Amino acid sequence: MIGKYAVRFTALGYLAVILVAPVSIIFWRAFEHGLGPFWAAISNPYAVHALKLTVMVTIVVVPLNTAFGIACGIAIVRHRMPGMGLVNAIVDLPMALSPVVVGLALYLLYGRDGWFGGWLFAHNIRVLFAFPAILLATLFVSLPFVVREVVPVLREIGIDQEEAAATLGSSAFTTFRKITLPSIRWAVAYGVVLTTARALGEFGAVAIVSGGIAGQTQTLTQYVQASYENFDLTGAYAASVVLAGLAITTLFLMTMLRPKEERSGNRDA
Amino acid sequence: MPRARRRALGAPALTSGLALGYLSVIVLIPLAALVAKATDGGWHHFWQVAWNPESRAALELTLALSGMIVVINAFFGTALAWTLVRDDFRGKKLVNSLIDLPFALPTIVAGLTLLALYGPTSGLGINIAYTRAGILAALLFVTLPFVVRTVQPVLIELDKEMEEAAASLGAGRFTIFRRIIFPVFLPALLSGVALAFARAMGEFGAVILIAGNIPFKTEVASLYVFQRINSDDTTGAAALAVLLLAISLAVLLLIGAIRRWATRHDR
Repeated sequence: MIGKYAVRFTALGYLAVILVAPVSIIFWRAFEHGLGPFWAAISNPYAVHALKLTVMVTIVVVPLNTAFGIACGIAIVRHRMPGMGLVNAIVDLPMALSPVVVGLALYLLYGRDGWFGGWLFAHNIRVLFAFPAILLATLFVSLPFVVREVVPVLREIGIDQEEAAATLGSSAFTTFRKITLPSIRWAVAYGVVLTTARALGEFGAVAIVSGGIAGQTQTLTQYVQASYENFDLTGAYAASVVLAGLAITTLFLMTMLRPKEERSGNRDA
Repeated sequence: MPRARRRALGAPALTSGLALGYLSVIVLIPLAALVAKATDGGWHHFWQVAWNPESRAALELTLALSGMIVVINAFFGTALAWTLVRDDFRGKKLVNSLIDLPFALPTIVAGLTLLALYGPTSGLGINIAYTRAGILAALLFVTLPFVVRTVQPVLIELDKEMEEAAASLGAGRFTIFRRIIFPVFLPALLSGVALAFARAMGEFGAVILIAGNIPFKTEVASLYVFQRINSDDTTGAAALAVLLLAISLAVLLLIGAIRRWATRHDR
């Protein structure tokens, strides 16, 4: 009995010290002088621009990586071709890789001396330190989430129903729309939530390729860093609270979606 | 059958081709450019650059911190998973959701929250800014979910009846843990700590505000790479980045091997 309480208090105490207390304090700090200073900090034009940029990047990234995630998931599970094991491994890479490495790789590829950069600079197309580079960095880091959610579900459901539909004369697209998509929709939804969270919060890879010019190529996470380093703590805390609010919404959606996913009999296979 | 099968599977060549093309443009070509840049002066030159004292110190510090992350997460992550599965208390659902918060919260915000509570403006009389302890705290924050989320499902599925049967046959608590729980729990724990290790090796956003970037003291590998890029030394940055890439690949291969080993009886 004592052992049980010891484990409980050790575990929850650790959670409080490492996670709960620090995150709570940021809300208190942001609002300690009332709503006025918070509102002033968050409606500053640079902060508003940074938020808009972050949202815009997310709006482009999420559909692209969702479409890729579904196509890649189907390719990995259904099309047993040589080299698919390798594809499977490469898809995991962005999860285990430092965002700084990602940023540097893009910086080298699209920089003036890079394989693509030379041509782009010659044709006056700006990728590095502009919107496209921020987009590419965010696409890279948020790439695996939908694939990783979809693959175990596709394995689980098998191909019996898809084959039956095909035998009855359904076209490939109809089979996908009527049979495959309904069975993976919760996994896709969960993957979309994770992709969104990562796209909204990406910092390291973007920090290297965006240039971080306030009011132009500065995302909201970079705004937090810049404000902190310029001793504008109120601005940093206010923008952090906005990001934390988005994170908590994400968390709520994750909790809502998870039981549905498990009810359909899918355990990480 | 083969014909029906092919139609059921859609247009394999097209979907696979598109997926592969996308993967190449977004992931493979940039990484190839990185490796090419790091090694364009030859392998000997690559090692010389990667192994310069400051780069080496950064890598060694990162390895040491990530090693500590493994040990601490193995202990507290298991305790948390155990509490969530076998214990019962009010607010358990909330705690369960909170575990995922580090996945959802932007890393820069994670670093800022730790500074707000334990940094120079802390009311607690401690200051972790510009210290290795501060970096460790930031890494613990961002790696918290990994072990909990890999160990938890295994503990849920673990058969309580088997433990009770063992106990009724006279097995002590230690024997039950060693013979019944440990064999299924170990692969999950190893996968969890491996993921946490990979994350700690590469973490950037959560540590940038806390570390202060003092060479040989609080400069971890990702900060070294960042600082080299800002000093326009992309060769130096690329050299250590390639080592980090190699470590990430090694960890992924290890996790794959653990998974195959854990499911060896299922096949």
